[in-house]
Amino acid sequence: MHNFDFVKPSTVAEAVSALTRDEAMALSGGQTLMPTMKQRLAAPSVLVSLTGIAEMQGLRLEGRDLVIGAATTHATVAAEAAKSFPALAALAGGVGDPAVRNRGTIGGSLANNDPAADYPAAVLGTGATVVTNAREIAADDFFQGLFSTALEEGEIITAVRFPVPERAGYAKFRQPASRFALTGVFVAKGAGGVRVAVTGAGEDGVFRWAEAEAALSRNFAADALDGLSLSADGLIGDLHGTPAYRANLVKVMAKRAVAAS
Amino acid sequence: MTKVTMTVNGKSVSAEVEGRTLLSTFLREGLRLTGTHVGCDTSQCGACVVHVDGKVVKSCTAFAADLDGARVTTIEGMANADGTLGTVQQAFQDHHGLQCGFCTPGMVMSAAALLSENPKPSADDIRHYLEGNICRCTGYHNIVKAVLAASGQDVSAVAAE
Amino acid sequence: MPKDHGIGASSKRREDIRFLTGKGVYTDDLSLNGQTHAVFVRSEVAHGRIASIDTSAAAGMPGVLAVFTGEDFKDVGGNPAGWLINSRNGEPMREPKRPVLAHGKVRHVGDAYAAVVAETYAEAKNAAEQLASDSVIEELPAIVDMAAALADSTNRVHDEIPDNQCFDWGWIEDNRAAVDEAIKNAPHVTTLELVNNRLVPNAMEPRASIGEYFPGTGDYKLTTTSQNPHLTRLLIAAFVMGIPENKLTVVAPDVGGGFGSKIYHYGEEAVVLAAAKKLARPVRWTAERSESFLTDAHGRDHVTKIELACEKDGTFIAFRTETMANVGAYLSNFSTATPTFLHGTLMAGPYKVPNVYVNVKTVFTNTAPVDAYRGAGRPEATFSLERVIDKMCRELGLDPFEVRRKNLLTKDMFPYTTPVGLAYDTGDYHATLDKAMEMADLAGFEARRAASAAKGKLRGMGLSTWIEACGIAPSNLVGVLGSRVGLYDAATVRVNATGNISVMTGAHSHGQGHETVFAQIVAEKLGVDESSIEIVHGDTSKIPFGMGSYGSRSLAVCGSAMNRAVDKIIAKGKKIAAHMLEAAEEDITFENGSFSVAGTDKAKSFGEIAFSAYVPHNYPLETLEPGLEETAFYDPANFTYPAGAYICEVEVDPETGKVDILAFHCADDFGNIMNPMIVEGQVHGGVGQGIGQALCENTTYDGNGQLLSGSYMDYAMPRADDVPFYNVDYSCQTPCTHNPLGVKGCGEAGAIGSPPAVVNAVIDALHRGGHSHVTHIDMPVSPSRVWSAING
Repeated sequence: MHNFDFVKPSTVAEAVSALTRDEAMALSGGQTLMPTMKQRLAAPSVLVSLTGIAEMQGLRLEGRDLVIGAATTHATVAAEAAKSFPALAALAGGVGDPAVRNRGTIGGSLANNDPAADYPAAVLGTGATVVTNAREIAADDFFQGLFSTALEEGEIITAVRFPVPERAGYAKFRQPASRFALTGVFVAKGAGGVRVAVTGAGEDGVFRWAEAEAALSRNFAADALDGLSLSADGLIGDLHGTPAYRANLVKVMAKRAVAAS
Repeated sequence: MTKVTMTVNGKSVSAEVEGRTLLSTFLREGLRLTGTHVGCDTSQCGACVVHVDGKVVKSCTAFAADLDGARVTTIEGMANADGTLGTVQQAFQDHHGLQCGFCTPGMVMSAAALLSENPKPSADDIRHYLEGNICRCTGYHNIVKAVLAASGQDVSAVAAE
Repeated sequence: MPKDHGIGASSKRREDIRFLTGKGVYTDDLSLNGQTHAVFVRSEVAHGRIASIDTSAAAGMPGVLAVFTGEDFKDVGGNPAGWLINSRNGEPMREPKRPVLAHGKVRHVGDAYAAVVAETYAEAKNAAEQLASDSVIEELPAIVDMAAALADSTNRVHDEIPDNQCFDWGWIEDNRAAVDEAIKNAPHVTTLELVNNRLVPNAMEPRASIGEYFPGTGDYKLTTTSQNPHLTRLLIAAFVMGIPENKLTVVAPDVGGGFGSKIYHYGEEAVVLAAAKKLARPVRWTAERSESFLTDAHGRDHVTKIELACEKDGTFIAFRTETMANVGAYLSNFSTATPTFLHGTLMAGPYKVPNVYVNVKTVFTNTAPVDAYRGAGRPEATFSLERVIDKMCRELGLDPFEVRRKNLLTKDMFPYTTPVGLAYDTGDYHATLDKAMEMADLAGFEARRAASAAKGKLRGMGLSTWIEACGIAPSNLVGVLGSRVGLYDAATVRVNATGNISVMTGAHSHGQGHETVFAQIVAEKLGVDESSIEIVHGDTSKIPFGMGSYGSRSLAVCGSAMNRAVDKIIAKGKKIAAHMLEAAEEDITFENGSFSVAGTDKAKSFGEIAFSAYVPHNYPLETLEPGLEETAFYDPANFTYPAGAYICEVEVDPETGKVDILAFHCADDFGNIMNPMIVEGQVHGGVGQGIGQALCENTTYDGNGQLLSGSYMDYAMPRADDVPFYNVDYSCQTPCTHNPLGVKGCGEAGAIGSPPAVVNAVIDALHRGGHSHVTHIDMPVSPSRVWSAING
């Protein structure tokens, strides 16, 4: 990979300042960014590590919300959300593999917005709020297509605020090579109603499945989805599955997510 | 260049590194600890797994500069003080858990981390934990058996005994 | 009690100590004074004309020491094909030159057309990027599909080959008319069209090479990831670079797996040597995994139509196979042997079938070269046979176990010559079938199936009875069949003055455990401690000229050479003992490490004899030479023929199409067993790779010849949680009749026998689950394919 200046600020303010330098990028675990840099598909001249910022670490309950610092690793979420938000802990415990979970972070995953990543399903599926150094962004506004988010240049995610649902579940069918989600579905029933978010399947990244939300709002049970079918239009077709196959998986995983909730 | 200081296999090391220096490069080229192997460029194969502050990390997917102050253990640090094989290493030899040896360092490091988190894992626990370590030689049978044995569990019931 | 040392003991592997402590030395682990770094410039298009390469900017970049293009190698030889195949019409195969670096045209994505050498890897990489952008490659239409390639006379991979066909081979041509007639008149014919999927071998250690040149002596040294350093030396020295063989040393140090992909000589090896000479500095190159995907020789890639003619009771009458085999853009060293003599000759399987005919057309395409990968040809043969037999059983409502039992050769029929020309020396195929059936608990299957059904899962069981020809050798035979190399092997046994022993082998261990097993054999024969024996391999300056390790040949061929060298040591020891004990040579016996005069208590230990050999103070030098060192070359009379029966039990999730392998039973006949632990490990690994082929591995090029599965993000290999524990048995042993150890070889078995067992099990599960419209699913039987088949 091309060389760059490495900086590791200890506060958000320092990080934001460092990111104003030319061709600066944030590094938050790097489990996706580093392979991309090895392929020379990303070549920042400054890399700003966010892993040394104490205020971006850890989980805390604020009322009924679970707030997770953006630089918190998947392993930490898996361990520490187990009681307060088990579906999220299970999702975090299923990202990648143990080594990836020890480095990869929730903020890094969301900022990258890989169409097959797990966290976007949880954030969209709970209607969470993405907190940045500058503002708060609703999940429905945050994800804007493949690898694209509402983040502005130089803006960094500092935390994610999850309204902890009454019931929630995540089911994922793994792509056999990468182990990313070939299709993953997060379902949640909370104060804001029922939400169903699908990752891995959509050509534009994570999306909500409105028909399933309506059906589950009437009856939050797996068989409430029996009569539904998702159109294959707009779903990904690749080596590992056709759009029709993914459409099927969305339904099957949605049912399994409800069953697991 | 960034100055980093780490404790590697119990010894303090300091060096000036480029931003792009991977931990795997730092270990292999900088410290000549070539037991840590690099088998892919997409963070999938796990041959490069080491412990950073006691936790498994893919050393090809961590920058040395990001690990100032870290405590790193590599395969070279896994033997007993008297030079004999450590428990996990010995179990791999006893149960033929390796063939070509290339994935082995990462396998041993992952297995050791698993046992520190979960001292009596089931075969399924082991298989799940090792999913980020690819072995092309063994079909995993004897690796799983070796980890079971390293945890002190009876492996006599494992198929093909 | 199992033995605890010597032949038949599960001795722990001595090589493990260095691998487990990080002290193995693989090629990339070396660091040499003054070393430089090579990076290759590779084609991004599958097919293109090299219009221009401007090297000037790259050559002037920081750290750059040298730039090479195809022009620099156009006058040296090509990387040769090691096996001549003639077409049915008698014409020899088409052999286009495979240049060190592409010249004139690039023919597959990843085809290297230039190389940059620089002080650091990063500098070389930067310059290679520059050179790529300063090169004009005019893209031509890519030739990817084999049938289309054969039909297209305008679009050519090699301009001189109009139909992109390498050869059109018939085996055995004399059988053709009779087979056609038998199929026409048979009471039942089952036809199956199938794809044997292209695989990337994926040894975990990427290929790597370091070239050195010593100006003072004119010697070259290549350290490289090879399964056969002498063959690599021969190819580079005699065919490609034209340097005297004795001025080139090839060292293959610890090698992290091969599976076939490291048999071959690759252009990168020639480039690092040429660059080392030019710079008089070491030049190193290690493949990135993405380069490995693009340029390591791939495996399999057959499109086959097989017909099985039989009686209504399932008695076989004839097999007829038509196969298109992809050789990729160039002929790799053994790519012409793999689909022919390692495939067509196996198309009788372990069965009594009166008539067999095989037609194979090999096709050039704009894809990476295809060559032998674990099993090489024999997995393709086995898959075709075992799948068509299974399909026939369903069509006729016959039990697949009974149909095998009815058609398997019986143990009283050996030696047996098949209709496709192999002479099986010995076997007991019913014994392995019976054993596998016992292991698989057929009686309990229905209850297990019902339990799966209660969870909404479909359970099935699949069988494969397989045979292979391995111990790849007899020079006499392979010579007749077109091989341009001999396939003997060699070993030197050097007893040192202090009694310890160095054994130098032509075989190369890259995971197989030779250092342990070979020592067990020598120790047993000489009655000495295993720890006093060192096995040396992988360095042409130390070892005799052997042909390396592949085709499950190390023990059968090199082990036999070593056995013969040990016999010579014993014979020489007897001469020495006769002299020392003042007895007649024919009166000396050797037992348990002691030479004694028969019928007396006069004896000399092995150590005393060894010491005497090097301190020959009173030797009758006219009749007794000093020293105790012997070399033997061994060239067997025949292939060896391991065989066995594999049973796989699967569960299919009909909602997702996911297949879980719940049990895998292997009953193999490998002849005599030298180290059971290692045999088990070889079977586990082979089955693991076979499961990979069956369920998840797939090398996919798009219509433009771009590799879609070019990394571990898209090429799925089994992980620990994808496979079960395997149930392995090797108690059925019919020792090979023609090698001194009675061994048959076990390295490839698992990869040969397992894919059809898996697929047969999946089809069985679908049928039992009511999806009887599914008669075949091509590998990999991935979730999406299974789901599509169910819902198709």
